[in-house]
Amino acid sequence: MTNFNRRQFGLMFGAGAAALALPTYLRAQGKPRVVVIGGGAGGATAARYIAKDSKGEIDVTLIDASEKFTTCFFSNLYLGGFRDFDSITHGYERLQSNYGINKITAFAKSVDKASKMVILADGSSVPYDRLVVSPGIDLIYDSVEGYSEEAAEIAPHAWKAGPQTQLLKAKLDAVKDGEQIVMVAPPNPYRCPPGPYERVSMMAHMLKAKGHTNSKIIILDPKEKFSKQGLFQEGWAKYYPGMVEWYGPDVHGGIKSVDAASGTVETDLDTFTGALLNVIPAQKAGMIAAKAGLTNDSGFCPIDAATMRSDNDENIFVIGDASIAGAMPKSGFSANSQAKVAAMIIRSELTDSKAFPAKYANTCWSLIETNDGVKVGAQYEPKDGKIASTSTFVSQTGEEDSVRKATYEESEGWYKGITADMFG
Amino acid sequence: MQIEATAPISAILLFLSSMTVGAQEVDPIRGEKLFKACSNCHEVGEGAKNKVGPHLDGVFGRTAGSIDGFKYSSALKRAGEEGLTWSAESIDAYIEKPRDFVKGNRMSYRGMEKAQDRSDLVAWLERISLNSPSADINAESTSEVVGFAAAVLEMDGDPDYGEYLSGDCVTCHQISGQADGIPSIIGLPKEYFVRSLFEYKTNVRQNEVMKNRVVNLSNEEIAALAAYFTGIQPQ
Repeated sequence: MTNFNRRQFGLMFGAGAAALALPTYLRAQGKPRVVVIGGGAGGATAARYIAKDSKGEIDVTLIDASEKFTTCFFSNLYLGGFRDFDSITHGYERLQSNYGINKITAFAKSVDKASKMVILADGSSVPYDRLVVSPGIDLIYDSVEGYSEEAAEIAPHAWKAGPQTQLLKAKLDAVKDGEQIVMVAPPNPYRCPPGPYERVSMMAHMLKAKGHTNSKIIILDPKEKFSKQGLFQEGWAKYYPGMVEWYGPDVHGGIKSVDAASGTVETDLDTFTGALLNVIPAQKAGMIAAKAGLTNDSGFCPIDAATMRSDNDENIFVIGDASIAGAMPKSGFSANSQAKVAAMIIRSELTDSKAFPAKYANTCWSLIETNDGVKVGAQYEPKDGKIASTSTFVSQTGEEDSVRKATYEESEGWYKGITADMFG
Repeated sequence: MQIEATAPISAILLFLSSMTVGAQEVDPIRGEKLFKACSNCHEVGEGAKNKVGPHLDGVFGRTAGSIDGFKYSSALKRAGEEGLTWSAESIDAYIEKPRDFVKGNRMSYRGMEKAQDRSDLVAWLERISLNSPSADINAESTSEVVGFAAAVLEMDGDPDYGEYLSGDCVTCHQISGQADGIPSIIGLPKEYFVRSLFEYKTNVRQNEVMKNRVVNLSNEEIAALAAYFTGIQPQ
């Protein structure tokens, strides 16, 4: 059968899916096994590419604690009213039915590297020949004094998409004209470098759309500069005059503590109070990465730039936000790109398929106001043991409206593209 | 009414300027300008060829999805089989909201909101597609691009390598051939595919994302990508 089309291909795997419903120990006899932890931009892509390209030769299991995945990317557009929540939430059904991937909805508790097993929360184990770890980030709540997981129920971080995003949206919608929003921005390195500033844009858009132009958004930033700063500041001045104020450390002098209940942030300069307080704390690799012994002192996972293989274990690959990927930012696009390199290497090791030199890419689009999108991106290759950029680009200030509109439309096309690439 | 008589079809335009749609006059000169949004994908005029989209010569009265050799979406073909033909009215309705007009079609265009814009564009298209072409609407590749492309077209690209490299493309360009704001790149003529990449590299086409990708591709890699993508059939 050399000439099957994609639909037949899907049907073949559909038939295979029934066989895969057997208990773990009965199936995959002799087949190499890949287990992927984390069903986001990195993990879902890795699982899909390994299953798709190995054409059934590799048994692929995807472990994620959630039934559905809400993308962090475009969650700001949900805040701004450009997207509904369902449109940024995706299921794993097609990965199962069309690619024969075994999805386990469970929390991965630890990894027994010696016996090559992932241990689930219920104590059961899932054996692997190669493991892909793509858990995204965990928040270091106490990096901001006074902040905690409990405080996040009042002052949401919304830096993992899901209920937190909906909570932030509800609180944003409740802000009255003249009331203030205070954001505590995260220190480097963190997920989605332009994300906090796109979020401010979307919150300002929402306020302005309701005529709440007496409201103000204060950003208290531990960083001296931020991604696409010139573009965002130009946009804020143009669309939201007097509504957005950004304070770097040379102005506020240091963020001392927050109090979620009263909505206050203490800095060296002053005490800031908001009807809505959005605290985005420092970040580290998702918990399983540390439990599996894959992190270093930075809290993230060192990897080999040519393969995404963990420096700490030859059978484990770490991709996405949890990895230390040199010049690549922590983004969904980066994770998707890294997943394809890891998938290609893993296949070559398990099925002798051809391996090619690693190439990586990233583009981050941000929306500033209706039909005003900006982008930044780069290509990357391994160089001297690190992932280094080979060329970069960024939108320019003062661009024509038509260019910005085209950039926004391109971002919508990308969203369709990457989610199709992740979930089939 | 003043007409800038620089276009070779100015005589027709003078005639058209008295036409009206509803209460408003149609302005084919505006229509020609508006066509720039279409011309990345569609050629029209003498010798027009299929590009990302089918050529538009003689489109009025044509059955939808009927040009031999163009790989249409099954949705558009089916619409044609069910009797859809292109007229001023159907083209107007199509370009207003392409996604809604024929569900599942692959035209990567969000739609032209204003009725006046559509009237102007259709009025111009109707004349240009039936009559002698305007000289400047089929901006051919530069000789530099043709030269670059020729070197690649002589090569036998490795489709397996192309498949790996395609990972970088399909994050945006859907492998299914679906297009939602970013064009489909599967099943295109090889020459067109290769030239397009060099057009991004040399700023004939302007898109920083594409340029940034292409400047990092060797000729061997472009040949590999062409071998892979041109071999995929839309479903």
